[in-house]
Amino acid sequence: MDEPLERRAVISGAAQSDIGRRLYRSGLDLTIEASLRAIEDAGLTVADIDGISTYPGMGGPFGGCTGAELHDALRFSLNWRDGGAETSGQLGAVHKAVLAVAAGLAKHVLCFRTVNEGSGGAVRASGGGGGAMPPAFQYLIPYGVTSAANWISCYARRHMHDYGTTREQLGAIAINARTNAASNPQAIYTDPMTMEDYLGIRMISDPFGLYDCDVPCDGSTVVIVSHRDYAPDAPNGAVHVNAMGTALRGRPSWDQFEDLTTMAMRDSAASMWERTDLTPADVDTAQLYDGFTWLSMAWIEALGFCEKGEGGPFVEGGARIAPDGELPLNTNGGQLSSGRLHGFGFLHEGIMQLRGTANAPVADCEVAVVGAGGGPESGCLLLTKEIR
Amino acid sequence: MSEPPPRFISPHAEGEFYWTSGADGLLRLQRCGDCRRYIHPPGPVCPYCHSRELSPEPVAGTGTIATFTINRKEWIPGFEPPYVFALVEIDEDPTIRLGTNIVGCAVDDVEIGMRVEVEFEANGEWHVPLFHPLPVERAEE
Repeated sequence: MDEPLERRAVISGAAQSDIGRRLYRSGLDLTIEASLRAIEDAGLTVADIDGISTYPGMGGPFGGCTGAELHDALRFSLNWRDGGAETSGQLGAVHKAVLAVAAGLAKHVLCFRTVNEGSGGAVRASGGGGGAMPPAFQYLIPYGVTSAANWISCYARRHMHDYGTTREQLGAIAINARTNAASNPQAIYTDPMTMEDYLGIRMISDPFGLYDCDVPCDGSTVVIVSHRDYAPDAPNGAVHVNAMGTALRGRPSWDQFEDLTTMAMRDSAASMWERTDLTPADVDTAQLYDGFTWLSMAWIEALGFCEKGEGGPFVEGGARIAPDGELPLNTNGGQLSSGRLHGFGFLHEGIMQLRGTANAPVADCEVAVVGAGGGPESGCLLLTKEIR
Repeated sequence: MSEPPPRFISPHAEGEFYWTSGADGLLRLQRCGDCRRYIHPPGPVCPYCHSRELSPEPVAGTGTIATFTINRKEWIPGFEPPYVFALVEIDEDPTIRLGTNIVGCAVDDVEIGMRVEVEFEANGEWHVPLFHPLPVERAEE
């Protein structure tokens, strides 16, 4: 295979807005804050940015801001802009930015995901009903299941049934996130969590209890994707894109995916490893989507850190996924404790780990994997400190 | 559930039959007239042979619970927890899964592998397919 085109791209800047449970600020306001910070972090100015890429763009879930709003708000002059939800998960926005840079359509693409679900929660409380519901949801909503908590808990239960996975093993992921959140000044929840706390909290959609579910929040994350020629000039260091995982080989469905013990991450991970000589053994930290605890476990299995079905024993007790373990996981507290930044929080943390500027740096971190999404669409990135 | 909960049924073009089929007590699924495979959710073209000779055909209405969740949070006013949402693999083709509520037993008695049978909830103009456990003697047939 020719050199994968993604090797031409780096991430030259990254930043977040203030993050909180309810900030009562608009999505655009938060996006501008994160954008200006990230542009400065990359050593660039607004005039240097010639591309914008966002997930999910117009009409997506959890509030936020469109690319056009940001485009106009800072009067960018662009050679390329893209936004949309029909892509390889939240990181699809980054995948497309990387391709735009590699193809020469743009030199510096600002990629963002903004959520203002905490403040905007009231508008979602009306539940199902009305309007043009996509066909895929017309066979779910009538049965009282409007939340991904319902849909994904069905997969977690089948995983438990087939492989003997336990709630305590899922709890190890929640407790790891809470423990790691203590070092993150932007985290939402930092009070220590015990296994008794985890098991004792009210159930939401059995087998998921409240602590299996991430926490809605307000916040914006921005990364700047640049051509690798710019890497020597990036004042805070550029992180290299080694491989992207974009495949969607199964049915794009919450209820008709062929295998009820994994989701689209199965294909994201497989396609990423097909594009690199690096292997799971090279990975120094994993930042893996934890919208629900079980999703992180499914990512661990999909990426090959353990065999299919062995995710439970792999995380049990938490030692392996702790900051000093063999696979430090979600070192900023993940979405479970640091807020649902919808995938981009993991990306930001992976970048900070490779730069050595994370709140709790992993020793000698040279390779990070970031996986986002859970359900019919997902995607991943393999990032390296040096070009590999 | 004494009062039927709000179901928010708003069928797409090919899917309306699914929610009215139960008027005569039969569950119907879309089936290809050429390759004879079942298709769900229904669509305009057979995904396997691309035939357009598609029509609803009755199925036995029995199947097996592939997985489920016990929902314990109120998401929708009038849809009172706890209730079970399950994916049921139908006997004619276990690659077809129907999302449904399991009724007629305690939520804690539902299990993966349980044999179930359709029943219909009259709800306005719709007949909503729900499933209840098959009696043991019939489940072993």
